[in-house]
Amino acid sequence: MFTLQELKRSALISLWFVFLTFPIMVVKVNSIEKTVQWRWMNVVYILVGSFVLSLLFRYFLYRKERQSGEDEQQGDNTGRSLIHRLLIVPKYRNMIYGVLLGAAVVFPFLTSSYQVNIMTTALMYVVLGLGLNIVVGLAGLLDLGYVAFYAVGAYSYALLNYHFGLGFWAVLPIGGLLAALFGILLGFPVLRLRGDYLAIVTLGFGEIIRLVLENWGDFSQGPSGISNISRPGFFGIELSLEMAIVYIYYLMVLFVIVTIFLVNRLQDSRLGRAWIALREDEIACQAMGIDKIKTKLAAFSLGALWAGIIGVVFAAKTTFINPASFTFLEAAIILSIVVLGGMGSIICLIICALVLILLPEYLRALSEFRMLAFGAILVCMMVFRPQGIIASIRRTYTYKPRNRDEA
Amino acid sequence: MDYFIELFFSGLSRGAIYALIALGYTMVYGIIGLINFAHGEIYMIGAFTSFIVATILTILGLPLLAIIVLTGIAAVVWSASYGYTIEKIAYKPLRHAPRLSALISAIGMSMFLQNYVLLAQTSDFLPFPTLIPDFAFMEPIAHIVGSTDLVILITTTVSMIFLTVLIKYTRIGKAMRATAQDRTMAMLVGINVNRVISATFVIGSSMAAIGGLLIASHIGQINFYIGFLAGIKAFTAAVLGGIGSIPGAVLGSVVLGLTESFATGYVSSDYEDVFAFSLLVLILIFKPSGLLGKADTQKV
Repeated sequence: MFTLQELKRSALISLWFVFLTFPIMVVKVNSIEKTVQWRWMNVVYILVGSFVLSLLFRYFLYRKERQSGEDEQQGDNTGRSLIHRLLIVPKYRNMIYGVLLGAAVVFPFLTSSYQVNIMTTALMYVVLGLGLNIVVGLAGLLDLGYVAFYAVGAYSYALLNYHFGLGFWAVLPIGGLLAALFGILLGFPVLRLRGDYLAIVTLGFGEIIRLVLENWGDFSQGPSGISNISRPGFFGIELSLEMAIVYIYYLMVLFVIVTIFLVNRLQDSRLGRAWIALREDEIACQAMGIDKIKTKLAAFSLGALWAGIIGVVFAAKTTFINPASFTFLEAAIILSIVVLGGMGSIICLIICALVLILLPEYLRALSEFRMLAFGAILVCMMVFRPQGIIASIRRTYTYKPRNRDEA
Repeated sequence: MDYFIELFFSGLSRGAIYALIALGYTMVYGIIGLINFAHGEIYMIGAFTSFIVATILTILGLPLLAIIVLTGIAAVVWSASYGYTIEKIAYKPLRHAPRLSALISAIGMSMFLQNYVLLAQTSDFLPFPTLIPDFAFMEPIAHIVGSTDLVILITTTVSMIFLTVLIKYTRIGKAMRATAQDRTMAMLVGINVNRVISATFVIGSSMAAIGGLLIASHIGQINFYIGFLAGIKAFTAAVLGGIGSIPGAVLGSVVLGLTESFATGYVSSDYEDVFAFSLLVLILIFKPSGLLGKADTQKV
């Protein structure tokens, strides 16, 4: 499988990596006590690790190149895997949805409230991912400041609750709309920009929002944050802490279902198809008479709307928020979910969100390496599978006069 | 008046460091049209490498000048190697992919490097040893212009001159300019484009490493997160001057450094970073081509 030459090359690469990582991985100095710690074992790890990884890297790269060559020859319709067929046939698809829903409903009865809490967080990320997917996956606008809208939602609930005593259900639409308004405010000037500039401006915007929240103490109580935010009410009945956790969990399940439904409908709507067209070719799209700014703004503000709503839920769930919850890392996590989910396919995005959020929670030893892994995932996904783990299935129209039920 | 001059010089040295980082952004953008998001991380690695090497050398008891030179060399060598490797892993396979793919890959690389340093070293702020002594001849004006500021300005100027000569007169510099103008055409006339791109990353990373060394000895402490903010600010500077243009990057950096310095000095220091980000947003909205950049026309 591997020729001697390949192995030799990998050996050279691993030596290069030993050199590369030497100062950071091996040496650890303490400049105050003036001691140097040499961690020689790391050399061995790097040597072996980078040898194996470089072989894998080049093998996958080679396979990808060969595959894309074959695709061009055969046309791309043949390579549908088992998973694809599972997702595409309505009978199986509904079965998967049914099993997932059933599992979601019985989950709180089988586990502790700690588990339910974690699951709620994961579901929040599912909705955030679905919201960002509208912007990044469908409309192709890389939004790195998504977390700012999340912050807007969370702070609008926290502040309105703190100053005016407004309840969860009253603020839920307000928070969402405020976030959408921010989306429009930001989107209006910046959507003229080219893709990569847009990414940086949204990143800057996200940081501005966070820094303002951190420094404008009179408004947001600064880095110490706002505490004692009320939990959502249940028709005026006071819930115990455990009941409230389960209640929020079911709310999130409901949100996820509603979001999936809406996003699904949006995707196939006129607007959704305009987004996809805009993603593929802006100029051709404008030539077909699609209003570029309006369509992009719709994507931006709809994405922000979801972030705002989840922000409100977040504030209600944790009952305490501060600006530290809304850093760029958070935005990067959501982006990883969307990218891994393949920018467009819904069910894969849900699975990816659950895996990415739950795995580090259950494997505590891994949680340190979480962000490292997210970074590596982003790079590897872009290099090897830009279409995501399971590529989204394009809606295609086939003309088959006799055999109609396959279309 | 003294306060004004003090702010002016601190802004200038700030801008000089931004310029060292911004050059890497602008050169890479000029050649492959990619915002190298991981560039800030290279600068951070430069700072960490120089921290480690400087501390070891101090323990060994070498003379100060030797420490400075050796630290500088080590920082440049390792940062350049990182730049080279990053390009090979994260960007080269994506040469023909859509722009956003490469940008996401760059963001991933940046996260990876940050956490790699965090896990391999520490999350604490590390005190950086003072490398640059207080010069005796600077004594009378030391309250306005520090010795470090002077060293930063001189080093940056020398680096800039070196870079200009490299790009204007050497073979690789000519190849770089040709590749920036038209990559396919450059390939046709026999330029090894892959080597040119690698060289760009190496040169940009070396500049960032010098910046890392200077800022670390100026501020006196480093941690794994410094690259993110510095990277964004340097990018702001590069865009401000017109991305892709080398004099533009320097001009933009100086403008950004002065703006920040005066804004924190006269308005409020709480919002130091907000000024930079607002400037970035405003520039991109009103003049995306920057001060010295050419307007970008799109061919259909």
